[in-house]
Amino acid sequence: MNKRVVITGLGICAPNGVSIPEFEESLRSGKSGITFHPQLKDLNFSCQIGGKPEISEAKKSEYFTPLQLRGLNSSGIVYGVISGTDAWKDAGLEISEKDSPDWDSGIIFGTGILGVDKFREAIHLIDAGKTRRLGSTSVIQTMASGISAYLGGILGCGNQVTTNSSACTTGTEALLMGYERIKAGKATRMLVGSCSDHGPYVWGGFDAMRILPGNYNEDPESASRPMSAGASGFVPGSGAGALVLEDLESALERGAKIYAEVLGGEVNSGGQRGEGSMTAANNEAVQRCITGALINSNISASDVDVINGHLTATSKDSVEIENWVKALDLKNDFPYINSLKGMTGHCLSASGSIECVASVLEIAKGFVFPNINCEAVHPEILALIPEERVPRKMIEKPISILAKASFGFGDVNAVVIFKKYG
Amino acid sequence: MTEKVILEKIKNIVTPYVQRKEGLENFDEKTDFLTDLKINSANLVDVILDVEDEFNIEIDNTSMEGMLTAGDAKRIILIKMEN
Repeated sequence: MNKRVVITGLGICAPNGVSIPEFEESLRSGKSGITFHPQLKDLNFSCQIGGKPEISEAKKSEYFTPLQLRGLNSSGIVYGVISGTDAWKDAGLEISEKDSPDWDSGIIFGTGILGVDKFREAIHLIDAGKTRRLGSTSVIQTMASGISAYLGGILGCGNQVTTNSSACTTGTEALLMGYERIKAGKATRMLVGSCSDHGPYVWGGFDAMRILPGNYNEDPESASRPMSAGASGFVPGSGAGALVLEDLESALERGAKIYAEVLGGEVNSGGQRGEGSMTAANNEAVQRCITGALINSNISASDVDVINGHLTATSKDSVEIENWVKALDLKNDFPYINSLKGMTGHCLSASGSIECVASVLEIAKGFVFPNINCEAVHPEILALIPEERVPRKMIEKPISILAKASFGFGDVNAVVIFKKYG
Repeated sequence: MTEKVILEKIKNIVTPYVQRKEGLENFDEKTDFLTDLKINSANLVDVILDVEDEFNIEIDNTSMEGMLTAGDAKRIILIKMEN
């Protein structure tokens, strides 16, 4: 028997908002979270800007014990724990102090690389012959599953607790993995999400690949320009997003608020064949992922009201739009399409979950957030879809169905379909 | 440094790691780090590092293994400080 799966809790640590109300306000007003980072300038980065959630020491101490805070130097864990704990509380769930865990609740919380600043600390100590000075905190803050392990301990989850990793697809994939587990009746609720560290050691590799914009260091908020004629590369970001997925029966039983339903989705890979490579998508795979998600959700293309694209602000944006147009087989009645990355930059392994949280808020509250920095839509995109389908101003409008896509290095894809509940 | 002062310093060092706070009320030489204070065994290496910093000594692995109670810690600290 297939269970229906709904979203009952949200949490966020985004460059433009570290609580759900603040994030929603930023979405509506099109507020950028991109700032100049003097450290990147000192290190001779070409791109000296980035998206980084602002977390005060006081806020950290609301989520971590004094002992956990000792030697804590893993920004991904900080973002992930804050968003995950917030989502849990937002769902009206208690943090149990009992000796026995909650066997029906699990966690799938992904990341790309975790605790790079902590790892750097360790490398310096090891190279100085002082390995014993690492103490006990090095392993738990740098193992990829550190984030699900921290959350698992804080929340006391006794179902599957794990970390997935699929580059920029990670967050959306985590959501679909949690969805599958509940749908199959193996868990009642799953906290799903993803996080990404900030800083030069995460972003440097992308700077070296020359896929980040180097010409907006004086004007950071204008730098991330998805779908625009002036798109010149993605702005690196960081943070975390978290969602509580729950068996509909359980949600109804405990009278939980329901943000939206997860209808289904698809994950696949282009196998790095054809135009696919380590860093580029195979277009047929992208189209199959989109159509697969529609079929698995039992909806047709014309049912989709809004697309939240991957759309990173590189020259590939128009290729993504072309894939949507072909997969949906819609042109003039193409859905609205937006990209959060104009405001947050590309939050890498956190992007999928942060953007899923944004998508779910759009459905729950009935609005389409604006595409910022897209005054002039790229001509290749205008050749594919009507200009008004790329909203530059916020639109208040009930949304029934939203499709969210994430694509990642390694030629991996994920598409999830959300539906308004009730 | 008197033995009493050393014991007091040990108490301050272990306090952040203690999961059973009642165990600190009767803190003395017999206090066992794992059973009385419920310090997570993984954190014992952090306690050792903090002791090393506080007393400017180095505690080798063999000495560490014998450090189960506050009294053990005090004795090992006194020996290392003499060397």
